[in-house]
Amino acid sequence: MERDEQVTGATVPGGTELPFTASELAEIESEALAAIEGALSLAALEEGERGALGKRSRFSGLYQQLGKLAPETRKEAGQRLHEVRRSIETLAAARRQELEAGERAARMRADRLDLTEVFAGPTAGHLHLVTQVREQLEDVFVGMGYEIAEGLEVETDWYNFQALNVPIDHPARSSVDTFYLEAGASDENFLLRTHTSPVQIHLLERNKLPIYAVAPGRVYRRDTPDATHLPVFHQIEGLVVDRGVTFGDLAGTIDTFVHAIFGENVSTRLRPAYFPFTEPSAEFEISCQICDGAGCRTCSMTGWIELGGSGMVHPAVLEATGIDSEEWSGFAFGFGIDRLAIMRYGIADLRSFIENDVRFLAQF
Amino acid sequence: MRAPLSWLRELTPLSAEAGDRASVVELASELDALGLVVEETEWVGQGLGDVVVARVLEIAAIEGADRIRRVVVDRGAGETEVVCGAWNFEVGDLVVLAPVGAVLPGDFKIERRKMRGVVSNGMLCSGRELRLSDDHEGILVLARPEHPEAALPAGVELGVPLAEHLGFGPDVVFDLAIEPNRPDCLSMIGIARDLAARFGLPLHLPEPLLVESGPAAAELATVEIDSPELCQRLIARVMTGVTHVASPAVVKRRLLMAGMRPIGHLVDASNYVMLELGQPTHPYDLDHLGGKGLRVRAARPGESVVTLDGETRVLGDRAARGGDTFTALDALICNAHDVPVGIAGVMGGQSSEIGESSERVLLEVARFFPVSVGRTARYAGLRSEASIRFERGVDPLGLERAAARVCELVVGAAVAAGVEPPVVATGLVDANPRPFEPSRVRLRPFRANALLGVSLEGSEMTALLSPIGYEIGAAATGSPGASGTDAAIELVVPSWRPDVVGEVDVIEDIARTYGYRRIPTTDRRSPYVGRLDAVQVLRRRVRRVLAGLGAHEAWTSSIVDPREQALAGVDAALIRLANPMVAEESVLRGGLLPGLLKSLRHNASHRNPWIRLFEMGDVFGLAGLPGGEDASLPHEHERIAVMLAWEDDDAGAAVNAWRVVADALGIIGVEILQPSLRASGGEGGGAPDLSPSELAIGLSGLHLARSGLLVCGDGGTIVGAVGEVDPDVASAFGVPHSRVGWLELNVANLVGAPRRPDEAQPVSRFPSSDIDLAFAVDESVPAARVEAALRAVAGELCESVELFDVYRGAGVEEGRRSLAYRLRLCSLDRTLTDAEVAEVRQRCIDAVQSALPAALRA
Repeated sequence: MERDEQVTGATVPGGTELPFTASELAEIESEALAAIEGALSLAALEEGERGALGKRSRFSGLYQQLGKLAPETRKEAGQRLHEVRRSIETLAAARRQELEAGERAARMRADRLDLTEVFAGPTAGHLHLVTQVREQLEDVFVGMGYEIAEGLEVETDWYNFQALNVPIDHPARSSVDTFYLEAGASDENFLLRTHTSPVQIHLLERNKLPIYAVAPGRVYRRDTPDATHLPVFHQIEGLVVDRGVTFGDLAGTIDTFVHAIFGENVSTRLRPAYFPFTEPSAEFEISCQICDGAGCRTCSMTGWIELGGSGMVHPAVLEATGIDSEEWSGFAFGFGIDRLAIMRYGIADLRSFIENDVRFLAQF
Repeated sequence: MRAPLSWLRELTPLSAEAGDRASVVELASELDALGLVVEETEWVGQGLGDVVVARVLEIAAIEGADRIRRVVVDRGAGETEVVCGAWNFEVGDLVVLAPVGAVLPGDFKIERRKMRGVVSNGMLCSGRELRLSDDHEGILVLARPEHPEAALPAGVELGVPLAEHLGFGPDVVFDLAIEPNRPDCLSMIGIARDLAARFGLPLHLPEPLLVESGPAAAELATVEIDSPELCQRLIARVMTGVTHVASPAVVKRRLLMAGMRPIGHLVDASNYVMLELGQPTHPYDLDHLGGKGLRVRAARPGESVVTLDGETRVLGDRAARGGDTFTALDALICNAHDVPVGIAGVMGGQSSEIGESSERVLLEVARFFPVSVGRTARYAGLRSEASIRFERGVDPLGLERAAARVCELVVGAAVAAGVEPPVVATGLVDANPRPFEPSRVRLRPFRANALLGVSLEGSEMTALLSPIGYEIGAAATGSPGASGTDAAIELVVPSWRPDVVGEVDVIEDIARTYGYRRIPTTDRRSPYVGRLDAVQVLRRRVRRVLAGLGAHEAWTSSIVDPREQALAGVDAALIRLANPMVAEESVLRGGLLPGLLKSLRHNASHRNPWIRLFEMGDVFGLAGLPGGEDASLPHEHERIAVMLAWEDDDAGAAVNAWRVVADALGIIGVEILQPSLRASGGEGGGAPDLSPSELAIGLSGLHLARSGLLVCGDGGTIVGAVGEVDPDVASAFGVPHSRVGWLELNVANLVGAPRRPDEAQPVSRFPSSDIDLAFAVDESVPAARVEAALRAVAGELCESVELFDVYRGAGVEEGRRSLAYRLRLCSLDRTLTDAEVAEVRQRCIDAVQSALPAALRA
């Protein structure tokens, strides 16, 4: 208002008078702004802009009159017009941005995709559960500084039994429990290893002490397949031979890897057992994870689940490979990889492992 | 081994009681800690306090019912009416009534029921329902007085709980898993000994009291051992004037709880002593023995015995079995005239079986060679309670005690039954060709401490050992400079512990009796840095790449059907099992194809035909290298196989799978060699002549014209095979697919294949130019050769060569196909000029056209 009065008051005839009244200018401005504001497309916006500021516009007409004015007046009038132009242009730019964004959005909306109407594409395959468990075990032992040793599945009687101090009359050596092979000379007695323990002998024979190693692999027993037995299954075996290794070390090591595999809340315990190649021998158990040790069907109400066998390497085994059992001592342990897997995942029938039904394989 | 708590308590005063559940659980845990693993704790005799003795007063039919009757019984405190489906009792019988509210074994609660309009206020129980016997033919009839109105037998009172009537009540049976090294714990006394030592309790070893009379046993019977290697000792006792009776209730009850069936007092006494002391014995009817003595010798080939179970057992002529390391012979028991009467330690013969009429009894107590008994029992399929004990080893010093104990029980049974007891002949008949010598072991306490990680005094160790039977000798001087506690201790090993032969066995006994759980755990660190080796790293990488290609990992059995191996053509030099279980699982797999085809069939038959599978595992064969090593030696190597059976999968998918694997492993320079192209008159590409050994990967089972070998360019090593499964093989396996892609790799050769050098190749900043060239090439020329020629010409300007179109048909002459390539050229230091590109293009065209039967297509 104040400016309005000034403008009106400043009106002087003959080159010193402004070529427009304040209200006239305001009218031009508001008409232009309305046109821009009302533009619903970029084309309409352009037209509105042209109508407001184009060569034939009223605004342009006023602009052309500036040359006739006295310098003082021209300066003022120019300034006024410039302000109006700026105001129109600013709004137009803003409106352009708005319209462009809107049109971009409309274009993309036309290209919309319901992300739940997508066809199923190829999926990645799954590693076998036994592999997954085996790799996890390998990682734990690699972390503990153990070597991952491997052996062959076809072995001789010497590696599978004799060197492991299994007596000649042990039931496991009978052809009722062990698969023997028609291969080699008759006195060589090739067989399918019944445990991963022959790897112990190969490691000891290498004579590179101390030994800190685990040996995962496939083993064979002459069992009729049922829900809890397969003639072909997988085990992992551990062997440590060093100076001054004790039974306490065995217990501590079992504790360490059980915690790494099952978590810190699981406890372990040892109980006497018999294996020809260890003495003292021990079964190791872990507290039942299903009932937290309270007793349930899985653990036969005992709160404990048997995991595997272990013990101090029998002096006869060390001596069989030429290692002085007075200088070196060691421990060994072993357990079933498949068994661990069925325990953890509650698999009712071991035979699922060899069917290779994708509905089973893809679960893990 | 089933061990009733009441029996153990008779031998050592354990504090645990069947009525106190917590005490039983505690005892079970101690048994576990001793290595006598409790597989099951069974509460028995439940309900024996709830059910009562009753007498049948009346039996009446129920209208409209022909299987059940209305029965009125006198339960002392009044009459009770029940409905009963059994027919084996009469009015006046003494029976067992479970009144409403009683709980029978198996948590079977007796409730009031109405059947055919008649209310049943309880149940008359069978032996099985009470877990007193296996009998479920009818109800348990405790006694049948002479006539319905006869007075009750002495001492019987109606309405008293059955537990009180029988003299035994609720009990606990521990089902123990006894390790093979503890034959002593296949007896109550062995288990009780370990428990007594653990709790510091006395052990009451049965000391039988015998009144011997009459002629000396030696006058009535003889014993003879022909083969001391099969039988170290044989003793016999003789009883005459035997009257057959039933065993006392307690004996029958204990046998049942231990899992044996009561038969008659003679057999029961023998079984009872076997369970109590661990020594099997065998009673013969001396009058049916056909000669008054026993003789042990090795069975002659083909000799036979009819055993107690009526089967004819042929001995001594087993064919040698593969891998059988046993050499011991079957041991036979014969009579004095050398006629076989039983299989030593396994089963007696039928001819001299004890029966109700047996009047003179010869009791055999022996110590047989464990290996022989074990072997005979296994091959005859006759593992018995006795054979298991002989196989593991009986107490060599326990034979006399066992013999006397059996006689004592037989006499006791007769006295309890009110009949004239038999006369036990004076003395023993004894053949003892190999007198037992106890083993002696030197224990060095420092050694025990070093191995266990404890610090016990020598005296603490002997205090642990002596209660389980070790005799402690003088402490000898230990190693030089040893202090008093390091002095070695001389020990005499208990005769019932054949497993203890060395110091380390004693150390285990120390650990066991001290308690494994009391040994402090210590941390043992590896001095090494753990890592996977090259093969292990490769396996992991390949597994993940293959999974990324959508293949699931399978594993199939390595023991397979030879016919299926033959179907897939992987049956050369298969290794046969010497002792397969079934013909379908009788050889080791020679390849992975059959197993995966079967897995594919399984999935296809469950409506999941479009799958990809892979497997990593060993294959086996006899190494028959020409002029090489012994052809009978088994060989084994590891393979990776990928089966591609998605809907559009074919040999091409397999080739691409190989490319991905090779790229992931950085393997370079492996060529696909397709013998079928050469066979059709084309050129082989200069690859080495193929004479793979039988164990190498070949093209067996694969499509004749759509498969090839993966061969290392440098030395001709076969890395694997790639292509498509022979459609006939696939259909022979019941696989419905028309095409199945196949890739099989040899892990060892894969590890050894040449790799990309560890050297970064710079990437050009300048624009590149493409040249598209299409050639009509003879069908016999592998496309790989065109590509190789193009690469050679383009040299270091060549950024990539890509085959982008293959075309056969109009415009391409017969016998050729059009191969279209796109070469991308680029320089590291400049933008290539049109003239340079044109020049390379021309050289490419010239090279291909001059070197190969190929022509540029306009």
